[in-house]
Amino acid sequence: MKLLGLLMACTLAAFAAETVLIQNADIYPINGAPLKGGSLLIQDGKIVEIGAKIVAPKGATVLEGKGLRVYPGWIDSATQLGLEEIESIRETNDTGEIGDFMPQLKALSAVNPDSEHFGVVRVNGITTAIALPEGSGGRGGGAAQMIAGQAALMHTDGWTWEEMEINRSAAMVLNFPAAAGRGGRGGGMPADIPDMFPGAAGAAGNAQRAVLDQIAKLNAFFDDARKYRTAKAANLPDFRKDLKFEAMLPVLEGKVPLAVTAARATTIHDAIAWSEKQNVKIVILQPREITKAGPELKAKNVPVILGRVLALPEYEDSEYDQAYTQPLEAYKAGVKFALGTFTNEFVRDLPYQAATAVAYGLPHDEALKALTINPAQIWGAGDLIGSLEKGKLADLMIVDGDPMDVRTQIRHLFIKGKEITLSNKQIRLYERYMSRQ
Amino acid sequence: MKKIILGTLLALAPLGADTIVIQNATVMTEGPKGIFKGSVVVKDGKIADIGEKVMVPAGAIVIEAGGQYLIPGIIDCHSHIAGSGNINEGSVSVSSMVDIKDIINPDDIAIYRALAGGVTTANILHGSANAIGGRTLPLKMRWGKNAQELIFAGATPGIKFALGENPKRSGNPQGGRGATGAIPVGRYPATRMGVEDVIREAFNDAKAYKVDWDAYDAKVAKGEHPIPPRTDLKLQALKEVLENKRYVHVHCYRADEILMMIRAAEDNGFKVRTFQHVLEGYKVAKEIAAHGAGASTFSDWWAYKIEAIDAIPFNAALMTKKGVVVSLNSDDAELMRHLNTEAGKAMKYGGMNETEALAMVTINPAKQLGIDKTVGSIEVGKDADLVLYDGFPMSDFAKVQKVWIDGTQYFDRDKEIAAQATKEAEKKQLLDKEKAAQKQQPTRRPNQ
Repeated sequence: MKLLGLLMACTLAAFAAETVLIQNADIYPINGAPLKGGSLLIQDGKIVEIGAKIVAPKGATVLEGKGLRVYPGWIDSATQLGLEEIESIRETNDTGEIGDFMPQLKALSAVNPDSEHFGVVRVNGITTAIALPEGSGGRGGGAAQMIAGQAALMHTDGWTWEEMEINRSAAMVLNFPAAAGRGGRGGGMPADIPDMFPGAAGAAGNAQRAVLDQIAKLNAFFDDARKYRTAKAANLPDFRKDLKFEAMLPVLEGKVPLAVTAARATTIHDAIAWSEKQNVKIVILQPREITKAGPELKAKNVPVILGRVLALPEYEDSEYDQAYTQPLEAYKAGVKFALGTFTNEFVRDLPYQAATAVAYGLPHDEALKALTINPAQIWGAGDLIGSLEKGKLADLMIVDGDPMDVRTQIRHLFIKGKEITLSNKQIRLYERYMSRQ
Repeated sequence: MKKIILGTLLALAPLGADTIVIQNATVMTEGPKGIFKGSVVVKDGKIADIGEKVMVPAGAIVIEAGGQYLIPGIIDCHSHIAGSGNINEGSVSVSSMVDIKDIINPDDIAIYRALAGGVTTANILHGSANAIGGRTLPLKMRWGKNAQELIFAGATPGIKFALGENPKRSGNPQGGRGATGAIPVGRYPATRMGVEDVIREAFNDAKAYKVDWDAYDAKVAKGEHPIPPRTDLKLQALKEVLENKRYVHVHCYRADEILMMIRAAEDNGFKVRTFQHVLEGYKVAKEIAAHGAGASTFSDWWAYKIEAIDAIPFNAALMTKKGVVVSLNSDDAELMRHLNTEAGKAMKYGGMNETEALAMVTINPAKQLGIDKTVGSIEVGKDADLVLYDGFPMSDFAKVQKVWIDGTQYFDRDKEIAAQATKEAEKKQLLDKEKAAQKQQPTRRPNQ
């Protein structure tokens, strides 16, 4: 009987163009005040109406939402969903390619829609994610690189990656050259400390020269891309298409932002200065010194994707809650920010990461925005997703409490208006082994 | 003179702990009194009284905790902090002669960070590179005390075993995750078959060693003067396991290896105290419960390696429902700072109630470590290891306000915030001084 129920649920889920009326629920649209005891109508994958009382259209499925709340689905702004299945097994990783300048690479077409991770994160309300090609080398087998490829904005449900796509080129990933490196959280010392010791200063000087050398290479690549654009515009008969430079055109034209990894304040400063010279749009990935970098980020109107809130402090002598307060610092500085978990196994904890930021001072509403409308706008999909509004895609969840509280359960989940079966491999294993006598 | 005074103060500190009354808190005792709204009285480092209404002793410091939650100090059953350098002696398949006790580093900042996350006791384990690893022990997070003073007095020491990928990879010429540091290529074992064999061979030797020593001890008891057998430090620790004087904590993942370990232990006459990680414990929960072992797992980590592919976040709840004493551990200096919300996930995944969930980071790990007579719950007579939260303690919306160990306050968020400006000023002063010195002596080299 249970099996039959499951089969029926699967069959139902397969019909996308459902008409669903959610009624008597508290609707939290994010972009406005909550509507208590309201209704929301889903038709053809979209939200077609929100109001105090909506009459159910003929044939509509009616969901009684008394005592429940409706929120837009969560957006995780940095994942390897679909690109990485098992962290330690190289054959299951497609996150980092070989080569220094690889703008032509696309994360989207390497996304495996059948990855078990999608089912796991969906049941916690993650309806959209950025799949990020990483240039850090190693895991995907690739060498260190600067331009890692195109990040995809995608739904966490679909039969194929094409169906999952929201934007296959939401951003171009650039690992900005940095002397201090990007890893090693929890220990180490700030960049200005080694400079004080003559022995270390030599090494620091060498590292700084290496950074300048890399930035020079990056500039040369951008110069070449511009020359290519000029050559293409000239439309000469011997013009030959180049896939790398072709992929750079939307970046040069400001249509696609660069998602720039820069952890330290000095690197963030360098990256912003560089982007101004190059006249390109940037989003900073995983900044870790917002207190220092905040004013400049605000002044230059650069949004950021903050990494995990549940993280160690940046340096050994940082305040114990330094990582917990990064979202608050971003908010206080007036910097636009969203959250990303950067590792597949943490994606389902996205709302809890945001709740930690609230515990350490971030207003509750701002935490919600960091998981919904902010990332939607940062990734250029503010008119499609990120809030409950007429005309937007029906990516939403019906929950029985505060959606960032670990005790809250999701009762219904919709992606593009399709009700998602709240099951996955882990739930199936649970049910199977609970029944073992 | 100053040194002498300081020494006296330090020695007195645990005894001279203040008499404290924490009042109007929601107290989640994890003991017979359940959850109640009222007060806890702390005297001489112990819990002296609890109740809706208590007598406030003369001279007691009264802490008004209206709207706040008081819970027992969190116990992490699996941690690797506070060690000096590498804690993974992977050069041999059996390293039961090495001991975490010898490398405790009381200055590890991770101790303070764990404390600020409500952890008062942690089981510090050897790494997982070998089938039989090093000796382990629980510490109290008494930040500022020396290595000796961190040791949990009277706790039964342990030993780490490890099954599956980590010990076998150490023997695999390809190395890989788990093969930390310089591990000789080709070290036995390289398969799960070999891991079982290493454990059985070691206990085969240990039992023979014990026979020799038991015979010797019997003769001594009769007043004879026999020549003692040769002391073997590796086998000594395993002899203690056979005598139930040392707990076995087994790093494991898959159901097959968990079952193997249960049978190997039973065949050799000892018990596994806890299965650690035990991500597929839910598949053999019945066998774990029958053996009487505890299970100490992660809330929701998975997919980081192939033996973690069938991990489910319901593991803790399912094993509990099948009669296993379950704890949630960190194995990580970061996760260690929010074990309270890891417990909260047991409410989400598998429907544990508040008391069952909180038990997984308090009384259950205390039971697993055999220290539940003194810690793990708020009961009269137990150590005053307490954590005060500003909200429901298993939600991420709450944060730690105060932490006491043995009635001494080791963390106070208000003081922490108040001291930030002073600390920043001091840091700046030191840096400025150093920079000024650099200018005067540009050729000065740092001390070697």
